[in-house]
Amino acid sequence: MDVTTILLLLLVGSIATFFAGDKLASKVALVFSLGALGLSLYLLNLLNQGTDISFMGSWIANPKVALAFKADGLSMAMVLLTTALTPLIIFSSFGNSFENSKNFYALVLFMSFAMTGTFLAADGLLYYIFWELALIPIYFIALIWGNGDAEERKKAVLKFFIYTLGGSLFMLIAFAYLYSKAGSFLLEDLYKLELSGCEQAWIFLAFFLAYAIKIPIIPFHTWQAKVYQKAPTVGTMLLSGIMLKMGLYSVIRWQLPIAPQAAKEHMPILIGLSIAGVIYGSIVALRQKDLKKLLAYSSLAHVGLIAAGCYTLTLDGLSGAVSQMIAHGFVIVGLFFAAEIIFRRYETRIIADLGGIRSQTPKFTSMFMILVLASVALPGTFNFVGEFTVLYSLSQVNLWFAVLGGTTIILGAYYMLKMFQNVMLGETNTKVFADVTTSEAITFVVIIAFLLFFGLYPKPIVDLVTPSLKEILEVINK
Amino acid sequence: MQVLITIVSLGIFCLLAEIFNLRKLLVPVTVIGLLAILGISLNLWSIDPSIDEKFASMIAVDKFSNAFSSLFIILTIFLVALSGDFYKEHQTKISDFIAIKVFLLSGAVAMVSFANLSMFFLGIEVLSIALYVLAASRRLDVKSNEAGMKYFLMGSFASGIILFGICLIYGATGYFDIAEIKDLSSGAGLPIWFPIGITMMIIGMLFKIAAAPFHFWAPDVYEGSPTMTTATMSTLAKVVAMAALYKILSSMTSTLTPTFEMVIVVVSILSMTFGNIMALRQDNVKRMLAFSGVSHAGFMLMAILSLSTAASSLLYYTTAYALAGIASFAVIIYVTRNKDNEAIGNFNGLGKTNPLMAALLTASLLSMAGIPIFAGFFAKFMLFSQTIKAGYLFLVIVGVINSIISIGYYFKLILAMYTKEATEEKQTVPFVYYFVAVAAILLNILMGLCPSFVTNLLS
Repeated sequence: MDVTTILLLLLVGSIATFFAGDKLASKVALVFSLGALGLSLYLLNLLNQGTDISFMGSWIANPKVALAFKADGLSMAMVLLTTALTPLIIFSSFGNSFENSKNFYALVLFMSFAMTGTFLAADGLLYYIFWELALIPIYFIALIWGNGDAEERKKAVLKFFIYTLGGSLFMLIAFAYLYSKAGSFLLEDLYKLELSGCEQAWIFLAFFLAYAIKIPIIPFHTWQAKVYQKAPTVGTMLLSGIMLKMGLYSVIRWQLPIAPQAAKEHMPILIGLSIAGVIYGSIVALRQKDLKKLLAYSSLAHVGLIAAGCYTLTLDGLSGAVSQMIAHGFVIVGLFFAAEIIFRRYETRIIADLGGIRSQTPKFTSMFMILVLASVALPGTFNFVGEFTVLYSLSQVNLWFAVLGGTTIILGAYYMLKMFQNVMLGETNTKVFADVTTSEAITFVVIIAFLLFFGLYPKPIVDLVTPSLKEILEVINK
Repeated sequence: MQVLITIVSLGIFCLLAEIFNLRKLLVPVTVIGLLAILGISLNLWSIDPSIDEKFASMIAVDKFSNAFSSLFIILTIFLVALSGDFYKEHQTKISDFIAIKVFLLSGAVAMVSFANLSMFFLGIEVLSIALYVLAASRRLDVKSNEAGMKYFLMGSFASGIILFGICLIYGATGYFDIAEIKDLSSGAGLPIWFPIGITMMIIGMLFKIAAAPFHFWAPDVYEGSPTMTTATMSTLAKVVAMAALYKILSSMTSTLTPTFEMVIVVVSILSMTFGNIMALRQDNVKRMLAFSGVSHAGFMLMAILSLSTAASSLLYYTTAYALAGIASFAVIIYVTRNKDNEAIGNFNGLGKTNPLMAALLTASLLSMAGIPIFAGFFAKFMLFSQTIKAGYLFLVIVGVINSIISIGYYFKLILAMYTKEATEEKQTVPFVYYFVAVAAILLNILMGLCPSFVTNLLS
């Protein structure tokens, strides 16, 4: 039993969903994604018992590309994030109806397949292929099932596609160059390479373009807000919940260990750019009129902090970053779901048109409130664990980084609470707002339970990722 | 040699079919005949690379020629299969059209299996003349006439230049035989007209593959010719010319001088950049693909920079490109067959009226754009990594930037299919279009899943 089974299950699921027909598609997709979740939990259990669940097979002889999937704590944590969020996202969409839903859900599962592959691949070219494969489904999901004016949406989605593809093509050049040096794409062989300072700088830059666009880090973020706004909520959740984490994970797994010297030399710039994203995202979020756009910019701020944590090159920074990746994945999916619930009832996302919902919907209000508080890293939630660890690691590098990065908590609290106030509180809205249905509530409860449980008891996740992070740090500091 | 002879016999059979009134059977019989020839060609696989003495050292069958001949035969099978429906309204002439295509194939095979420059020139002329005729084959249409005339004038110029180059090489070495020429070229003391001759041959071939700055004929000819001919030109003819160029250079010179390489680099950059930027501005699908073909020629030229090792990458690239081209043209022929032009607007809403056709066209465009799992990705990647190894990192960076630009126009078509409203009802599609497009895309994806299968053929 190895990790390829998860990939196969998701791929088969995607095909089965396509053939299940429009009526059954959503349910088939849910069943397969739950199956993948169960399978990854089982494999995690095997991993904890010390069984080797990695996979190694040959694929292409020349150039030498292997079907190498490496399952350590870090990649399993990310796989679990993917396989846990996918059923949640699919389930949350049960309240919507999509035209051609068999295509839609097949694409969602296919994207989940590609993202899982990205997290597991331990061969450069294989990793690159999964990385690119994840782009195709989200392109069509956002393009075909998105909302708003079609012309504007087309422009936004095409910009997103060209940006991300362009960035990753530079990563491809870097891989081709590394291959000409190492004669193999295998992660371990690339780790062993001894590159000169100049080579490292260029390779770091090529990787950085790919990741900075995906994460996104300032100044490569301009695609983000429009796409989040125009994509259907499922697409936005996939993008913000999981796909961004592909970039962050890749920083830890590929960029830092392959070009550590460059990372050390340029640390102030990298952290500076990331923190600039935190402040910029927070300030822009303050001014947003559209709920989804506000969440997009809040996401920009949060991932900026995560990226800063990665670039500190300390164990605390990395482990805080991983915790925060997982926490942010859950909380942002929850928040976008809340926005979707409001949209389902009021057909608008303009904050000024909302307000006065609280008195009509006690359940929804309290769940939304908890998510808002989690997003601003209230102690007791998992987000606090992540953000605090990252800020602590930043303070070890330079206190000012921590001070500036810490503004995320202050500014975040400000714009999130202001948003909550404008959307939920105020005089009772004359339009009727039905309280959440049971199925909608389930999604919220799962997310909140997860965030609170690991907020109080983060040890399992931290223990899971720490050994592999230590390994990576050893490569960085060799 | 057997391959060449059987192809020509098949062509003669196609002409005779006219007399015996077998027109209805012609397409299936030709396809079966071509499949049989493909079998013969594959059967020759294990043969040692040796010159067939019986034919006066005219033909040399080796793995390179065999692999490319097989590719050409496969492409011709697809093209002939599509012809049946395309020429439905010209039943009386169908045997001519099919026969010309088969003869065209014989020229193509000669161009990759020659051992003597005169054979090479014969091949190129058979191929070109067949294409001139096909370009002008819609004889009551002014545009088709114009395309044929333009292609003929420009093409015969190029042939003349090639011929002049061959003469100079003969003057310098005293041989038409490429093995002898190679022996002589590795020694010193060849007169100056030897490199001049090679340069002239390269210029002529660059014209045939439509690389910038020798590409000006391509958009007009592609647009004016009947779509079936455009499909032939942009898939089969381009691939043939590229393989022939590679074969000429690799079999006549052992290494390229840095100056030569510099010229190739410049031509490659010009073709990629110019082709892509012009393609962005096109509203006609055929013109767009013509310019995209120019940029692909630029990519393929990278193979020349690592002459001794790039044969398998070139085979892979050309196969991937041609298969994607066949699939896209199957869809384009179907969509535009009752229209006066090939404007992108004709594709509006195809995603709703005919999802399968739209998906096939999307897949082929994604392959051309180099998105993974489609063969186009590995094709580009192999060329890139080879070129980096040859020391031209700069060229690869230009190539990558061009790949990004190319997304702009490939996706213009995809966007039209999926986001615009359809203007007309769904039409019934003859099965053969589905079959050809599906088969080509499946082959393309299979190549993407196991690239070694193709790259191992030549190693």
